Amino acid sequence: MGTVLNVLRRSTLARHTAAALAAIVALYFLTTAVGPYRDLQIAQAAYLTCAVAGLTVLTGLGGQISLGHGAFMAVGAYTAVLVIGHWGWPLAAVLAAAAGVTAVAGVVVGAVAARLHGPYLAGATLAFAVGLPGLANYKPLTDELGGQNGLTLVPPIPPAGLGETFPLERWQSWIACLGAVITLFLLGNLVRGRFGRTLRASRDDEIAAALSGVRVARLRITATVVSAAAAGLGGGLLAVVATLAAPGAFPLTLSLQLIAAIIIGGLGSLPGAVWGALILVYVPTWASDLSTSSGFSHNIASNLPLAIYGLVLIVVTLAFPRGLQGGLRDIGGAVRRRARKRRDPAPGPRASTSGPTTTHPGGADEATPDQAGARPDDRGDAGGRGERLRR
Amino acid sequence: MTAATLAAAASGCGGDGGDGGGSGAPGVTATTVTIGSHQPLTGPAAPGYSANSAASKAFFDYVNANGGINGRKIVYKYVDDAYNPTQTVSVTQKLVLQDKVFAIFNGLGTPTHSKVVDYLNAQRVPDLFVASGCGCWDEPDKHPQTFGWQVDYIREGKILGDYIKKTYAGKKVAYFYQNDDFGQDGVKGLDKYIPKDQVVSRQSYQPGGTDISAQAQAIAQSKADVVVLFSIPTYTALFRLAALKLNYKPTFAVSNVGSDPITLTGLLESFAKKGGSEVKGSPLIQGMVTDGYLSAPGDASNSWTQLFKKIHAQYIPKLPFNGNIVYGMSVAYTFVQALQAAGKNPTRKGVVDALEKSHFTGPGVVPFAFSEKSHAGYTGAVIGTIKGENVVPQGQPLTTDDGDGPIQPYTAPQPQAPANGVPAAG
Amino acid sequence: MVRFINLTLAGITSGVVFAAVALALVLIWRSTRIVNFAQGGMLMFTTFLAWSVIDRGGSYWLALGVALASGLVLGAVIERVAVRPVENKPPLNAVIVTLGLFVLLQASAGMIWGDTPHSYPPAFTIKGLSVGGTRLLLSPFDLFVIGAVAAVMMLLTLLFVRTDLGLRLRASAFAPEIARLQGVRVGRMLTLGWALAALVGSLAGVLIAPSVFVGPAQFDSMLVFGFTAAVIGGLDSPAGAVVGGLLLGCALSYVSGYVSSDLVTFGALAALITVLMIRPSGLFTASTGRRV
Repeated sequence: MGTVLNVLRRSTLARHTAAALAAIVALYFLTTAVGPYRDLQIAQAAYLTCAVAGLTVLTGLGGQISLGHGAFMAVGAYTAVLVIGHWGWPLAAVLAAAAGVTAVAGVVVGAVAARLHGPYLAGATLAFAVGLPGLANYKPLTDELGGQNGLTLVPPIPPAGLGETFPLERWQSWIACLGAVITLFLLGNLVRGRFGRTLRASRDDEIAAALSGVRVARLRITATVVSAAAAGLGGGLLAVVATLAAPGAFPLTLSLQLIAAIIIGGLGSLPGAVWGALILVYVPTWASDLSTSSGFSHNIASNLPLAIYGLVLIVVTLAFPRGLQGGLRDIGGAVRRRARKRRDPAPGPRASTSGPTTTHPGGADEATPDQAGARPDDRGDAGGRGERLRR
Repeated sequence: MTAATLAAAASGCGGDGGDGGGSGAPGVTATTVTIGSHQPLTGPAAPGYSANSAASKAFFDYVNANGGINGRKIVYKYVDDAYNPTQTVSVTQKLVLQDKVFAIFNGLGTPTHSKVVDYLNAQRVPDLFVASGCGCWDEPDKHPQTFGWQVDYIREGKILGDYIKKTYAGKKVAYFYQNDDFGQDGVKGLDKYIPKDQVVSRQSYQPGGTDISAQAQAIAQSKADVVVLFSIPTYTALFRLAALKLNYKPTFAVSNVGSDPITLTGLLESFAKKGGSEVKGSPLIQGMVTDGYLSAPGDASNSWTQLFKKIHAQYIPKLPFNGNIVYGMSVAYTFVQALQAAGKNPTRKGVVDALEKSHFTGPGVVPFAFSEKSHAGYTGAVIGTIKGENVVPQGQPLTTDDGDGPIQPYTAPQPQAPANGVPAAG
Repeated sequence: MVRFINLTLAGITSGVVFAAVALALVLIWRSTRIVNFAQGGMLMFTTFLAWSVIDRGGSYWLALGVALASGLVLGAVIERVAVRPVENKPPLNAVIVTLGLFVLLQASAGMIWGDTPHSYPPAFTIKGLSVGGTRLLLSPFDLFVIGAVAAVMMLLTLLFVRTDLGLRLRASAFAPEIARLQGVRVGRMLTLGWALAALVGSLAGVLIAPSVFVGPAQFDSMLVFGFTAAVIGGLDSPAGAVVGGLLLGCALSYVSGYVSSDLVTFGALAALITVLMIRPSGLFTASTGRRV
């Protein structure tokens, strides 16, 4: 047992693999336990997780804001639907194509974006989010892209091996969850490696990073490509789950929601991306249920979910400036510190006043020094982040 | 950590609600029938269309207050999809899977509803009276559960085109249309009758806050005598204002969707000449040619308008009484008819079968096409011109198909609204 | 030729309104380094207030006054209540707070006034002026719009350049620490900056209202185009906002008239990228002026 823990502690790859496997097992039990509609919501959270995680890498770690990730999702979704429609590839290949084509779009956008900073980057990507879906309505392209109505996809068929009655929603959620876990796994390893370190370095001090040999422009383009690929996969999964690709499915609000999700989840934190995606899925549904059962008049009931959503954005951002993940970390850290103080009252003027001193027989033996709490964690330093955006 | 997060979030969600019990069909209990809908309550399509569902609900509430249908009250759950197809899919599946609705009723929009048609049919959920004039709802072989309701845009285009061809022979015609299936299908219908060489300009627009000066100016420069608009009310009004600006005075022919005189008057009221006696209806829209298949909201002598106005005053007095209210109540009326026709213990199959055999007459001026072979809604419309806030019919109602079939007059008069407002059981 | 003139005139008229929105964004950016995504919602809300005045029989000018005054108040309140807590936090937090405000304002307007768009009167007739028998796409009301925006620009320039208050505003924006040492109440100046910006925004709302109608979602594109214009011009430059607005207005009008009305938003993207490729910080920002 001890050796296993040691391996996990030392090797990032091993730790991430274990986490991914645990996630797959947990999701397996979760998706089998709940009904079809819950499966569908899990699938939605999963495809949004891909896009949000991609944006986390670019904006959270790279300091490059993007208000255009909804457009990347559109590229992925259209790619998926077109590839299935024209060539009928297997699903894994389709999703790889969605990520790949979007990555190519990411090269173009990244090349433009690498020169831009702060609000100029925000403006350019915002225009990208608004402008790109409009292309589907352009007459020469409408035959291929379906115009305003967009394209409809035949839902994927669960493999026969799963049985006749296997619910489609569960299959869709398995696909989306697997995509999300793989995305998080790959991104997690990427940001823990050299790429992540140089990315953070160039975010925190571009000039210093350049002086130490980082090619900042190229690095930014790479970050955009990685991020776009994740968003493209998210879009491809959206196409598979919602069985569509249409301009109206990728409005500016989608891009803005993705940005909101990374902030609310916790800027720069991949687990935070999951929180953000969950908020995007569950808050509107919950608010909408609330307003349907409220018995308010039409105008109020119609707009209540929107109002709640706006309030949640404001309140969470004000209450947890470092996002939910940051907030959890703070709370967790406080609890741990407190627990440690209880165990071995550290020398200090306040030690005697730190709460009731009950003793835990044997407790100190079991407790390993908590690494996560003590290690300077570079994912938690959201405070000074994004100074680049202010220039 | 990912797994923990997901599990933590999902554990708060609980399981699905069980069946209502009572009757065999989903959504039907001894005392209620629950139906659902996706509607644009917020977002780009909300202006104008968000009132439809409120009007339908008001009508159902009225019917419920008068005893319901076979002792059952209609529970109408309409959910916002913000006109975003992804959300349409999501809320529709929620209605079907979690709320276990009996049917989806009057789901609004082509780009939105076309993404759930396959799903609803695969689940065998009756998909009744889609709120869109796309011809694509009429595919009984492929989509046996789906029924249209309003007259489709091709039929409408044909009827308007035929009228323009006959009335303005040899005159120059221009089109101004919304660049989606609404406008494009309308143009298809128009082109079946109006000779190609008569059409001197075709301009389209994308809804959503873009300026239409360039299009209006191109049409004005083409010096067309007649401008046909397949546009939503705000864009009808914007085009009318642009014409005013350019001192361009053609004859306007406007599709039903964009011609509700009360809505247009509201949009244009600040631009009409002030002073003089208070005349109803904006002077800017007088004489516009349009077509209609329902009672005009400005027709105070019509029994249906009177009924709907009464219900409006009782249940939703804060919303403006306009074409959308008439639409929402009329389609609700048809649903009540369908539910009655399905018998004492309605089933999903029962209501579909009953609709295919139905010969409903009701708020419309023309019959439905409903049969085993067709799931199209109203089969035609009557040409009218705007006078005051009313639409004055010009000649007989006309019916046709969405192909190359002829246009024929329909002579049966519009029936009177039932005295208590609830369709007689039949 | 008539077509070109008319397209240009249409471009200029919509361009000056973009310019006004852009100016509102620039003022806030200069004072607090925040891109105010709530601006579209704020000007929608104040225009609704003005509409209520007219709906109750008030005059155009009274309504305009109400819009401007409520803009002033709304800007100040929002800065104090919602924006102040995030001013020294990571800038993206401010972005989310303003986005949340935008959503909240839109929902509130829908709750109060419903979703049906309403007519808003122009100050003067919208009938185009005739030149040599040709009716131009330029009406007395358009001239009023252009004049009103130009007047506000001039007043703001005077305020910033010629008055003591303007000096304090600029000092608080560009060197808050030094300003504070000199006894300037920086916090108050930031609030005033927001209030002034919201005032300009509310003017833009009233000016554009006759051509887009008044509804909760009717002004959405104003923020997108206003922001695009501000970025084209350079976010630190009020003059840039004006030029950016006019350029964007004309570009969109030409795309709509000569290429395809379906490509208007794509045209905005193309115009923006072209400018940013040549000048990554907009047309009017001195490239050496970037602070680290």
